[in-house]
Amino acid sequence: MNQPILTRDLYVPAIDAWIDPGTPKKRAIITHGHADHARSGHGAVLATPETIAIMKTRYGEDCAGRFEALRFGEALRIGEALVSLHPAGHILGSAQVRIEVEGQRALVTGDYKRLPDRTAEAYEPVECDLLVTEATFGLPVFQHPKPQDEIARLLKSVADQPGRCHLVGCYALGKAQRVIALLRDAGWDQPIYLHGAMIRLCELYEELGVSLGELIPATGMPKAAMAGQIVIAPPSAIRDVWSRRFPDPVVCQASGWMSIKQRARQALVELPLVISDHCDWGELNQSIMESGAGTVWVTHGREDALVYWCKKQGLEAEPLTLPGLDDDGGEGGE
Amino acid sequence: MKRFADLLELLALTSSRTRKIAALAQYFAEVPDPDRGLALAVLTGEMDIRNVKPALLKETVLAEVDETLFALSYDYVGDLGETIALIWPHHGAADLPRLSAVVALLNETSKAELPRVIGGLLTQAAIHERWALVKLATGALRIGVSARLAKTALAEMSGVDLQAIEEVWHGIKPPYAELFAWLEGKTERPEIDHNARFHPLMLSNPIEEHDFERLDPRDFAAEWKWDGIRVQLVLGRDGVSMFSRTGDDIAASFPDVVEAAMGRAVLDGELLVGHDFEAKSFNDLQQRLNRKVASARQMSELPGFVRVYDMLFDGDEDIRAFGWEERRARLEAWFGKNPQTRLDLSEVLPFDSWEDVARLRRQGADEHGHEGVMLKLRTAPYVPGRPKGFWFKWKRDPNVVDAVLMYAQRGHGKRSSYYSDYTFGAWRGNEIVPIGKAYFGFTDEELKQLDKWIRANTIGSFGPVREVKKELVFEVAFDSAQRSGRHKSGIALRFPRISRIRWDKPAHEAARIEDVEAFVG
Repeated sequence: MNQPILTRDLYVPAIDAWIDPGTPKKRAIITHGHADHARSGHGAVLATPETIAIMKTRYGEDCAGRFEALRFGEALRIGEALVSLHPAGHILGSAQVRIEVEGQRALVTGDYKRLPDRTAEAYEPVECDLLVTEATFGLPVFQHPKPQDEIARLLKSVADQPGRCHLVGCYALGKAQRVIALLRDAGWDQPIYLHGAMIRLCELYEELGVSLGELIPATGMPKAAMAGQIVIAPPSAIRDVWSRRFPDPVVCQASGWMSIKQRARQALVELPLVISDHCDWGELNQSIMESGAGTVWVTHGREDALVYWCKKQGLEAEPLTLPGLDDDGGEGGE
Repeated sequence: MKRFADLLELLALTSSRTRKIAALAQYFAEVPDPDRGLALAVLTGEMDIRNVKPALLKETVLAEVDETLFALSYDYVGDLGETIALIWPHHGAADLPRLSAVVALLNETSKAELPRVIGGLLTQAAIHERWALVKLATGALRIGVSARLAKTALAEMSGVDLQAIEEVWHGIKPPYAELFAWLEGKTERPEIDHNARFHPLMLSNPIEEHDFERLDPRDFAAEWKWDGIRVQLVLGRDGVSMFSRTGDDIAASFPDVVEAAMGRAVLDGELLVGHDFEAKSFNDLQQRLNRKVASARQMSELPGFVRVYDMLFDGDEDIRAFGWEERRARLEAWFGKNPQTRLDLSEVLPFDSWEDVARLRRQGADEHGHEGVMLKLRTAPYVPGRPKGFWFKWKRDPNVVDAVLMYAQRGHGKRSSYYSDYTFGAWRGNEIVPIGKAYFGFTDEELKQLDKWIRANTIGSFGPVREVKKELVFEVAFDSAQRSGRHKSGIALRFPRISRIRWDKPAHEAARIEDVEAFVG
């Protein structure tokens, strides 16, 4: 084989396409709808139908020249290459991209998680020769607790402090819907109040078959009525002027970073909820081993530790530095 | 232990002082002895689990976790205790026993057995209990709770005056059963030998430019600000104690001072070293402070003495409610009756106007290296804490130099994700050589800007250290410069801090090493 199956900037020569490119390209394969993976302005986009729906909702119908939907489990032959998408479990529609050329198999995970989540298609392990994995939580200090236990802590805090309003900081795409679903599954049947930035995407999830219960815009509610209630808002809003409309708010944040108390303190979070949409350290290790890959490229996060670990397992491994990604960015950049 | 872990977590994450006090008061009211007293000891820094040190915890963890992965994790998390709590790879299901049982277990286990016992506790604990366990074991809380806040909660809970609690504090020991009994009205106030213990110190505020307009110089007395360490000498019935400002008794390190002291009193002053009451540099004092037991040679080369400036008890009489002027008169009379060889009186400086004081301050700094002057309200009583308007410190202007940022490293604790430790340097020929390191002197907002600048201008990384483009100039304030082998430049600044960030200044206009050498003296 003269040309590699995949280059280090996630370009696939056999089909002349980029995976999650940071700048507009002629052809792009998009793993999922978060802004650091899905951008507007590509000539053609190949993605799951759900991801395409999310991109159109966020960026408009004409955010790419044309869209091609590929369902999970279907394979698309383009010249020498076979392309397929497999559930990544990260958010609704999120996919791992599998490319096969002349018997060589590469897999780009995008962002992924393995814990069950009814707002995203369940993660599916895929075998490959070259694995490109994210490492958002690629340090052994990240051992995510059960999300149900974290939601129980939130509900206990709500019950213990009936005069206060709980503001839960969540990214608008994925995290918000997952937290709402977890609350519903834990038996919280009161209306859940939403910051304006959440509304469109929650509606889209409902349209795509994810039931979220009664949701009400938080803006415009009388202050006193919000005591004992739960509001979902973007992290930037929960400590902003916007939050002053609620009675004595308890600032909560749902994120994998919240396991580090010093981080929670810096962010002035009073109730950290360790709910992550990424694999923790153990799950990253497990996924790498299960893939059977002999070569691992590590990106998006704390690459050093995961590369070191892979080498200790006897695997070839190197970090990828993809342009436009800060080493300490938010969860999934979202 | 779960209740204690919940309390620590709440204290760490609540920024509201009122809410912290309420949570502490509730804990002390609801949790039984001796657990609450032990918790109080942890919060006030009085808990010492002798055999458990951070190194032992680290060793326990490194038996289970790869060393490189641990180092990368520690660099990322920024707090050793939290790193250990988060990285421990084994999980059990049971809750930890109550706080007093955990403390007893840690205290009674032999050194050889400790790693196994600690490992067992870490496995047994839920993650946030692990965090509390490590905090408890190492004593390094860093959760934004001061001993004073804990005592304020005791006052809140009981209605007893905070000052009354402070007064008995140094005479009682964990788990403080007699304290709680008194606070709950079940017994009388604990009996303390009232002058054989530490009395909380009175502290000063820095003077501001505009203060001079409203203050009348005739109401104030001036003294030199000495460059030693603040001590409280308790010349009691059963011996002499010498407390540091945090209440540690350091008498054992200075037998030359305490054995020579005559009379009965509680005195406030500055511990210095030197012959015939000629104070040597702080560096010289440091050599004695570093030693638990002083050698005969040290005591003859660097004899200690205390320069006294205030009196809290005259004999057994509490005179703290008297004004400064009256206490000073008592102090002078006491020196007249009790001749001393290792104590002398701090002189009162005569002046008529604030301009006079400004001149004295400059002269004192230039000719004698004094740190500045203290201004004391003549009518002020001796009040523990930092009361407003009574004592002012007017420090000499610091030396400043414009230096270039060279390297940055992530901070620890609250700043763990920020590049907040800075190494800076001066020009030697065409290269820049390091002259010091500073990690404070900027606002939170400036820290964010610096962090951003550093991330955008990194040209190399060495482990946790980032090398940056030599383009950003800091105005660095410092107390003095010394020869030192620690830096390539051969010079180190004492007590450097960032006084301004000179975003505007081009790096080539920064100081040359010759400019810095001029400060060595």
